[in-house]
Amino acid sequence: MDFQLDAKHEMARSLFREFAEKEVKPRAIEVDETEEFPRDTVEKMQKYGFMGIPIPKEYGGQGCDPLTYAMCVEELSKVCGTTGVIVSAHTSLCCDPILTYGTEEQKQKYLVPLAKGEKLGAFGLTEPMAGTDAQGVQTRAVLSDDGKEWTLNGSKCFITNGKEADIYIIFAYTDVVEDKKGRKQKKFSAFIVEKGTPGFTFGTKENKMGIRGSSTYELIFQDCKIPAENLLGARGKGFPIAMHTLDGGRIGIAAQALGIAEGALERAIEYTKERKQFGRTIAQQQNTQFQLANMATQCEAAKLLVYAAAEAKRTKDRYSVEAAKAKLFAAETAMEVTTKAVQLFGGYGYIREYEVERMMRDAKITEIYEGTSEVQRMVISGALLA
Amino acid sequence: MKVVVCIKQVPDTKGGVKFKPDGTLDRGAMLAIMNPDDKAGLEAALRLKDQYGAEVTVVTMGLPKADAVLREAMAMGADKAVLITDRVLGGADTWATSSTIAGALRNLEYDLIITGRQAIDGDTAQVGPQISEHLQIPVISYAEEIKVDEKAKTVEVKRQFEDRYHIVKAKMPCLITALSELNDPRYMTPGGIFDAFDKDVTVWGRNDLKDVDDSNIGLKGSPTQIAKASDKVKKGAGEKIVPESDEAAADYILGKLQEKKVV
Repeated sequence: MDFQLDAKHEMARSLFREFAEKEVKPRAIEVDETEEFPRDTVEKMQKYGFMGIPIPKEYGGQGCDPLTYAMCVEELSKVCGTTGVIVSAHTSLCCDPILTYGTEEQKQKYLVPLAKGEKLGAFGLTEPMAGTDAQGVQTRAVLSDDGKEWTLNGSKCFITNGKEADIYIIFAYTDVVEDKKGRKQKKFSAFIVEKGTPGFTFGTKENKMGIRGSSTYELIFQDCKIPAENLLGARGKGFPIAMHTLDGGRIGIAAQALGIAEGALERAIEYTKERKQFGRTIAQQQNTQFQLANMATQCEAAKLLVYAAAEAKRTKDRYSVEAAKAKLFAAETAMEVTTKAVQLFGGYGYIREYEVERMMRDAKITEIYEGTSEVQRMVISGALLA
Repeated sequence: MKVVVCIKQVPDTKGGVKFKPDGTLDRGAMLAIMNPDDKAGLEAALRLKDQYGAEVTVVTMGLPKADAVLREAMAMGADKAVLITDRVLGGADTWATSSTIAGALRNLEYDLIITGRQAIDGDTAQVGPQISEHLQIPVISYAEEIKVDEKAKTVEVKRQFEDRYHIVKAKMPCLITALSELNDPRYMTPGGIFDAFDKDVTVWGRNDLKDVDDSNIGLKGSPTQIAKASDKVKKGAGEKIVPESDEAAADYILGKLQEKKVV
């Protein structure tokens, strides 16, 4: 067992860190304040291949591994949670399912421009009445009699990269079957939907607590016609596609949570070494030392789980439990470490300029999206008790 | 077109300079980076690659760990890399270094050699021009802008010179020393990093150097001897006074100057 990163991954980290410090950090306060999607940063990330890190070169990607991708999201999130989730949602939730389930034509048409970063991706599963319980999904797709196109009706909510994306993976039910007990079960299918398709519009922009620069929108489909060839994977297999995609997505969000926690820890170390009370720095107070020690230990533990999950994605077909553990622990670490960082900053921690309060607001969503912490516990215990 | 860029791995002075007890630089205790002027030179070469499809080879002389700076250069887009490393080459001053690098360059084809103006650890600015002397090719130092005419095989350089600049044209092959102001070097790419670690770095030792005499290499071939190196001397806090009047202030200063026997 090797706990040491190799030189290649260390160099990748130095790249992501330098980029984050120079290009992302200076804009983080403004992005949060104005809620503006950082399009210029995304264009820079496109130029340097950050939008297709784990995608093979033949499909326009960088040909790296999930660990390198997780490290990218981690380093970006250290300075800006918004930028971290833009990359995560695009890569894990849109590029990855097309790579895994797409036909060669779909890969050439959609994955190549996505992995090159020329197009931005998004993923739509959640609906107003269906979050964790996917059976509540109301969006329906009906195949035309001639079998040439699907008609999509319904809406999706809380969609990351919502209005900024070009290509969307959308889940809708396409069939209703009866199970052994005679209960009706919706069967889902996944579709690739392009922005600009007639009948596809945007609803309200969400005004959020954190990750405020990420474009979170409602998607509306009214008699939206999708070519038959845009069905992703087999008809009726949408649910396993969504679940498998979210397994990968959780590694990205776990990396985001890890980055937010590490960013807050770094700020807390800097600040407590400078701030003086009662004639000495607060870092010289034992309470501060013990808090920092706990925070650093939690970050390190989260890092090991996140990297192990990323490695599991590279080496295994199934990594649901590894991903769930990583996301559960990293998200709770992010919340705890950022909250403690604000406390160590005292009054200044409550002031926006000092950034740790933003990290605390950004951290909260990592316990909620792509499966709440409770869902992660369901996945983990489900495997234990199977 | 073939461009060779000479780069150096230097200690990162941002984290502070650290010395060994004997007064020499403790390189092991400091982070190593690509020298900033050299990185600008590499960026200039990579732009020639983008524009004319030039083949870019990076060369460095140093310890085996200088391999890292070559991988970084390949991750930015350089095609080939050569590491010159050998115990007998250690302790080299600028003369021995330039003799060594010239010996390696004689094995390579080039239209243009680009070096940084100077390295942040030595600040001599001598190695680039010395290499051109050894190779008997023109040198244009302190380049702020580089334009290449591929057909005419010439290069036109805007050369920084005190309060003005010169526009200098030279026939290729020639050597240019680059300023960090020349450009804003690109980042590596993640895929470039993975590729860089799959590629081979050519490693040359003493015996691979062409037309170099033993008297011109290593510590023995170095006319320069460092007597002492030190960090900046820290000044103590100054004395603050609040004089009652301008006259009193002038008297006080005069008194101090007399005390120090300045006046």
